[in-house]
Amino acid sequence: MAVKGRIIRVAGPLVVAEGMSGAKMYEMVEVGEERLVGEINRIVGDKAYIQVYETTTGLKPGEPVYGTGSPLSVELGPGIIGKIYDGIQRPLDVIKEVTKSIFIRRGVKVPALDRTKKWHFKPSGVKPGDKVSGGDVLGEVPETPLVTHRVMVPPDVRGVIKWVAPEGDYTVEDVIAELETPDGGKVELKMYHRWPVRRPRPIVEKYEPVEPLITGFRVIDTMFPMAKGGTGAIPGPFGSGKTVTLQSLAKWSSARIVVYIGCGERGNEMTEVLESFPKLKDPWTGRPMMERTILIANTSNMPVAAREASIYTGITIAEYYRDMGYDALLVADSTSRWAEALREIAGRLEEMPAEEGYPSYLASRLAEFYSRAGRVKVPGQPERVGSVTVVGAVSPPGGDFTEPVTANTKRFIRVFWALDAKLAYSRHYPAINWLLSYSAYVETVAKWWHENISPKWKEYRDQAYELLLREDELKDIVRLVGTEGLSERDKLILEVARIIREGFLQQNAFDPVDAFATPQKQWKQLETIIDFYRAALNALQHGVTVKEIRERLADKIRAFIMARYNVPNDKLELLDKIREELLKGIEELIREKTGR
Amino acid sequence: MAAEARVVREYESIREIRGPLVIVEGISDAAYDEIVEVELPTGEKRKGRVLETARGYAVVQVFEGTTGIAAVGTKVRFLARTLEVKVSDEMLGRVFNGLGEPIDGGPPITSGVWRDINGDPLNPAARAYPEDFIQTGISAIDGMNTMVRGQKLPIFSGAGLPHNKLAVQIARQATVRTGEEFAVVFAAIGVMHDDALFFKKFFEETGAIKRAALFINLADEPASVRLITPRIALTLAEHLAFDLGMHVLVILTDMTNYAEALREISAAREEVPGRQGYPGYMYSDLASIYERAGRAHGKKGSITQMPILTMPNDDITHPIPDLTGYITEGQIVLSRELHNRGIYPPINVLMSLSRLMKEGIGPGKTREDHANVSDQLYAAYSRAVELRSLAAIVGEESLSEVDRKYLRFGEAFEQRFLKQGFYENRSIEETLDLAWEILAILPESELYRIKDEYIKKYHPKYRRRRQQQEAKAAATAS
Repeated sequence: MAVKGRIIRVAGPLVVAEGMSGAKMYEMVEVGEERLVGEINRIVGDKAYIQVYETTTGLKPGEPVYGTGSPLSVELGPGIIGKIYDGIQRPLDVIKEVTKSIFIRRGVKVPALDRTKKWHFKPSGVKPGDKVSGGDVLGEVPETPLVTHRVMVPPDVRGVIKWVAPEGDYTVEDVIAELETPDGGKVELKMYHRWPVRRPRPIVEKYEPVEPLITGFRVIDTMFPMAKGGTGAIPGPFGSGKTVTLQSLAKWSSARIVVYIGCGERGNEMTEVLESFPKLKDPWTGRPMMERTILIANTSNMPVAAREASIYTGITIAEYYRDMGYDALLVADSTSRWAEALREIAGRLEEMPAEEGYPSYLASRLAEFYSRAGRVKVPGQPERVGSVTVVGAVSPPGGDFTEPVTANTKRFIRVFWALDAKLAYSRHYPAINWLLSYSAYVETVAKWWHENISPKWKEYRDQAYELLLREDELKDIVRLVGTEGLSERDKLILEVARIIREGFLQQNAFDPVDAFATPQKQWKQLETIIDFYRAALNALQHGVTVKEIRERLADKIRAFIMARYNVPNDKLELLDKIREELLKGIEELIREKTGR
Repeated sequence: MAAEARVVREYESIREIRGPLVIVEGISDAAYDEIVEVELPTGEKRKGRVLETARGYAVVQVFEGTTGIAAVGTKVRFLARTLEVKVSDEMLGRVFNGLGEPIDGGPPITSGVWRDINGDPLNPAARAYPEDFIQTGISAIDGMNTMVRGQKLPIFSGAGLPHNKLAVQIARQATVRTGEEFAVVFAAIGVMHDDALFFKKFFEETGAIKRAALFINLADEPASVRLITPRIALTLAEHLAFDLGMHVLVILTDMTNYAEALREISAAREEVPGRQGYPGYMYSDLASIYERAGRAHGKKGSITQMPILTMPNDDITHPIPDLTGYITEGQIVLSRELHNRGIYPPINVLMSLSRLMKEGIGPGKTREDHANVSDQLYAAYSRAVELRSLAAIVGEESLSEVDRKYLRFGEAFEQRFLKQGFYENRSIEETLDLAWEILAILPESELYRIKDEYIKKYHPKYRRRRQQQEAKAAATAS
C-alpha cells in the first residue's frame, strides 16, 4: 500500500514531507500537484526527506506526496540502444517530440522504452517443463544490426516454464513466457523488466581482466593499457582534453556496448555525440557507432539530484548488456560533478561535512561505483562471460590532484591517465602525462600482445618508456648547461624522445587516419622508433654525430612523424618502407665515417 | 506554479532579519521561488524571492538589501508568481537597471511576453551543434581560438587589463560570412561607473545601441540584484533568438562580481561552504547561466555568450575562473606580461582554447589549411617560449641553429601576429597568410603538423616560386 503525505518544507531540490510512515528508504515518490519525480533519502519519524529530480520552483507546503512503493529503477529491454536518456532514464528525444519544445519542461512523463514498437522475438528453444532461473536466455531480438538482444529471465525470478511465445513480432508489453514459481505462483515475463539502479545486478564469479580493451590510442594501448572489465580515471584541469579523450574511447574502443554518461557537463557535448556518432563507422564492424551506444545526459544545468542518479542509471544499463555476454564500456564525464551533486544534497540535508564540504561517505560511494566494473561470469544458461569497463573523468578544482575526489578515486581504479595542462597548452594531444600516469594491466595484457602482435612488444614498450623517463632527467641538466653540453648519447636520447612524443604519443582525434591506430600500426611505429634508436646508437660508436643524423635524415624523420596521418591502417607496408629508409640512412652515415 | 488560482497574501510578522534575508513567520503556503514585495513603513517598496518555504515560515531574499527594514511595521506581500520579466524586441536600443527597469528616460516596455527569468534547460536532443564561423578580425582569436555562433567563450582577464576594450572590438567587428548582424544583449554586473560609461559610450557612439539592450547593475547597488541581472539578460536573449530568430551576442561582465554576490548570499544563509567559502553549488549555479547559449534544431536564431571575468590575483586556479572554464567551451586568457610589453590584444594563446573551433573551420568555412596551421603555430610558439626561458639561463649561443630560429619565430609571432590595432580588422585569409609568413622562419622539416599538400600550396616559398613561374609563363605567352 503506497503512502500519501504532505509537503512541510521546500529548499531547492530538497523537500520534506510528513505523514510518510511506511515509506521506504530510496523509495521513488511523486511530489506535488505536478507529480515531480523524487527519491527518499532520509526518514525521521513520519517525515521523509526527498531529493527531487526536477526543479521545485512553485512547490509549496501542503501539496501532496505520493509513494510508489518501489525504489528508483530503470526499464531494461530492447530499445535502449541509440537512445538519449536523462539521469532517471527519461528519453530526451521523445520528450522533445511530445512537448514540441526545445526546452525540457518539468513534470513530463514518458516511458523509457517505446511501448508500441514491435520487436522480432526468436525463442531460444526453452520448452514448457524446463526449469529456469535468473539470467537464462529465453530468446533473442535483433535490437540493432550490431547488437543481438538476449531476452533473459530477470535475476530474482525462478520457476518452471509453462509457455513460451512462438517466433514473431511483439511489443515490450506483450507476454513472451509464463512460468510457475516454486511456491505455485504464476509469473508472466515480458521482454523488459525493471531493476533498482542502486543495486548491482548479480554475478556468479569475477575473473581477472586479461584481454586489452583496444582503444586505438597509442599512448593508451601501448603505454598505459586498459583491460576489458578494468577501471580507470582521467583526471585533468579544464581544457586538457578529458572530454575529447572520453569521446574517442567511446568511439574507437573494442567494446560491443558503450554507455556514455554526460554527468553535469556541457549540453553541446551530448549534442556532438548525438550528431556525430550516427555518421561515424565503428572500426570493428563498419556500422554506425550509434548502433552500439547509449547516452545518459544530465547536463550541468539540469536538476542536480538527477545528476546524482545518472551514474547509477548508466552502470545498471551497462550491467544489463554485460549479462547478455557482451563487453560493455561505461564512460562517465564527470565523476566530480556527481560528487558535487552528493555534496549539494548532503549540504541541504545538513549532514556533517568532511573534506572540502564533501560528505564522509564520498569514498564508499566511489568504491561501490567502481566495484560494479569487472569481467565476470554471469548467471544463467547458456554460460556467458561479459564485462563492464568503467572509465571516469575527474575534474579536480584548479587541476589539483590531491583534492578529495581525485585522491579517493585513485584508491579504486587501476589505470590512471593523468591529463596535463602544460601538454595541452602546446597542443600535445592526448595530453596524457607519461610521468604521472600508470596502468596496473601492463603485465596482464602483455600476453595478448605477444601472442597476437609481436613477442617483442613488452621489451620495446619498456625501452620507449625508459627513453621518456631519461628525457625528463636530461631536461633538468639542459636547463643548466644547454643542449650543446650533453654527450652524444644523451643528445640522441633527446632526439629519439622527441620522435616518440611527436610521432607516437601524440594523436589527432579528429584526423580520419590518425584518430585510430590498430595494434599492428602501433607496433610498427614503436618498432621503427626503437630500431632507429638502436641503429643510431651503434652509429655513434663509429663517430657519427647526432647533428649529422638529424641533418641528413631530417626529411625521413619528418616522414616517420607524418606517418601518423599518411599511413592508413591498411597500408602498413608504407611504414616498413619508412623504417628501411631510416635504417639505410644510418648505415650510409656509418659507411661514410668508416670508409667502408 | 501549481495550477490552482492563488492570491496575494500579506504578512507583517517578520521573525528575523539577517544580511539580505528576511524570515517571515505565520505563512504556510509560500511557494518556492515565489516573488515577494516588501513595503517599508515609509512606503518604499522592494522586491525579493522565497529561498525556502516551510509550514509556518518562509525565508525571503530581498534584492535591494535589508537596510532600513524593521521587524515591526514592514509589510511582506507574497505575489503568487515566480520571478518573471516581460521581454520583447522593443528592448533593443534601450538601457535598463539590473532588475530590468528602464533607466534611459524612455517609455516603459509595453508589448512583450512574460517569462520566468530562470528559463528551462535546453534539451540536449534539441540542440544543434554550433558550427558557423564568426570572424572577429583578431588574429589570435580567428586563427587559433576560433569562435562559432552558439558558443560560450569567456575572456579571463585580470584587474587593469584591457578586457573591456577587447570585448567592444569583438562586438564591433564580429561578423559571419553570410553577413547576418548580431543583436547584442549586454549585462553589466556589479561594475564601476566608469566601466558602465565606457560601454554605454561605445554603444551610443558607434550606433550599435540600435541593435543592443543594456542591463546595468553598478558596484554600489545591492549584491543580490547581481544574481538577477544576467538571468534577465539571458531571458531576453532567448526570446530574441528562439522566438524571433535573431542571432544574439550576450556579453556578461564581470562574472567575478556575480560569484562574489553568490558567496555573500550563501554565507548569510549559513550554508556549508565549499572551496574558499564559495557555496558547493556554485558550479551548478554558474552552469544555469552559461548553458543558456547555443543553437537548436528548427530555430533560426542563436545565442553566443561572451562572459568576462577578472581572475582574482591573476590566478586561473581560483574557483571562479576554474569552475567557469569547466563549463564554458574554451577561454580567451589575457596576459599581464604581454600587456606590460605593449602588446595588444595581450592574448596568451597557449592558455587560451576554443573547444568548438574544429567544427567552425576548414574548407567552405575558413580555409583547408586552417587546422594544421593553427596546430603548428601552437607547437612552434610553445617551443619558442620554452627555449626563451632556456636561453635566458644558458645563453642563446649554446642553442642549436634550429633552436635560434624558433626564438626568432617567437618574436615575430608576438610582434606581427598577436599584436594588432584596436581598429584593425583582419580577414581570416589575412590572418592565415600572416601565419604562413612567420612559420616560414622555421625550416620546412620542422613543420610536422602541416600536411605536405598544404605546404606546397601555401608556404610563401612555393607560392613565390609559383607566382614567378606564372609570370614567366605569361611573359613567354605574350
